[in-house]
Amino acid sequence: MITLTSSRLWMGSLLLAMSCYVSADAPTPSKSGHEFVKDETREMQDDEFQNPGFIAVEAGRVLFNAKPASGKSCASCHGEAGEKLDVNNLARYPIYDKAQGGIVRLQDKIMSCREQQSGEAPLPAYDHDLLALETFVRHLAAGEHVNVQTDGDMAPLLKKGEELYRTRFGLIDMSCAHCHDMYPGQMIRGQKISQGQGNGFPAYRLDTGEMANLDLRIKQCLTLMRAEPFAPDAEESKLLGAYIMSRSNGLKIETPAVRY
Amino acid sequence: MKTVNTLIVLLFVGMPAMAEVEGVPPAPETYCQWEMVNYAIPAPLCGLKGDVANGIKVVSDGAKGNCLACHQLPIEGIEAYGTIAPPLAGIAARLTEAQLRLRVVDSRHLNPNSIMPGFYRDPSLINRPAKSYEGKTFLSAQEVEDVIAYLVTLK
Ligand code: HEC
Ligand code: HEC
Repeated sequence: MITLTSSRLWMGSLLLAMSCYVSADAPTPSKSGHEFVKDETREMQDDEFQNPGFIAVEAGRVLFNAKPASGKSCASCHGEAGEKLDVNNLARYPIYDKAQGGIVRLQDKIMSCREQQSGEAPLPAYDHDLLALETFVRHLAAGEHVNVQTDGDMAPLLKKGEELYRTRFGLIDMSCAHCHDMYPGQMIRGQKISQGQGNGFPAYRLDTGEMANLDLRIKQCLTLMRAEPFAPDAEESKLLGAYIMSRSNGLKIETPAVRY
Repeated sequence: MKTVNTLIVLLFVGMPAMAEVEGVPPAPETYCQWEMVNYAIPAPLCGLKGDVANGIKVVSDGAKGNCLACHQLPIEGIEAYGTIAPPLAGIAARLTEAQLRLRVVDSRHLNPNSIMPGFYRDPSLINRPAKSYEGKTFLSAQEVEDVIAYLVTLK
């Protein structure tokens, strides 16, 4: 007969240590969330006139051309339609930049450009305008293949991101891998679980009726897990986001996607 | 700042029903110790008695047990349930009340790799709970007993 009292913490800690890290292989081949959403959602995304994400693209275009006090709009360097931005470069985000202290996400790059080049005040994370700018810029690379660096300085960071991805969090006490590696294609109540890829972001979310970039989407999953989300600028946020986007390497950029 | 509002709404939707008395949050429930015997928990949590009708509510409610997120249950009028866990119709013909209790309380004592949330897991074992859930269990002891009372009817 085995007797165990829940107050025997050492046993509990042992269980926690044994089972916190989840090993399951990333699903192959990679599939975009586009393949998992309902037919009507897919149709909505594919029709520019129906896709609510294009409202953000257009709002972003206006901001991109708006002249701040310094007179230096984004367009003054990158062209009115952003045509001077290299789409191959955009498809590489998040990038590794030693001078900037590590992983730089597209939103970070946009923010530093706004502050350092245009002399504007910083925007809070997930600010409506910042999301619109990110959507406009990423949309320029729509159709390109996600191409995150996986070697060199990025390799150990992606490894750390993967560790977070496989760690159980929150009262739901599951890891990202549990849902997105073990059960893609299965249903969680009314939703079909996808591989949790990043290629569609920033995307319009039907659930919130708002745009979400990848970082915000990850936070929304953590909140669903009743876990404490990482702060927008926390290293963990960058590591998780970079790891997810590296899994999406080779998938076509769909910004603005329409997702649950 | 609409996005931030949505996040706040999301956070609150997931929270247990607050304050019976308006404006006064209830005191956090003290965690009742329980004892596992032969991979089962024979004694009801805190010595409480379960209520079948409330058990049905707890298993269906998305902000409570949300068992339907993963399991199929023989409850009428449910339009969507999950497919990642075994269906639970007839479960009481296979498992005793005490065995069911361990599965709902913390099935990882049985299978360390289980993905099923421990609904009365020792709060000190939870990694990075949301601030509003620190020190709390997923369901209250009473709600767990209500769920058990319902599950034992599934013969
Ligand atoms: C309990 C199940 C569950 C867990 C655990 C979970 N997710 Fe999700 N996730 C979902 C569901 C359901 C959706 C919406 C449907 C879909 O796209 O998969 C989703 C969507 C996503 C998406 C958007 C994919 C797209 O194409 O729209 C990303 C990215 C994501 N999750 C990342 C994560 C990360 C990172 C974690 C861990 C911190 C995580 N998820 C944990 C269930 C989960
Ligand atoms: C996130 C998914 C998930 C949720 C939510 C969930 N379960 Fe489970 N449950 C599972 C899985 C998966 C199993 C299979 C055994 C295992 O992996 O532990 C299981 C097994 C069980 C079993 C044992 C079944 C058997 O055939 O032996 C019972 C009983 C059970 N769950 C009841 C519940 C109840 C009651 C709730 C809600 C209060 C619930 N579950 C919520 C995933 C879930």
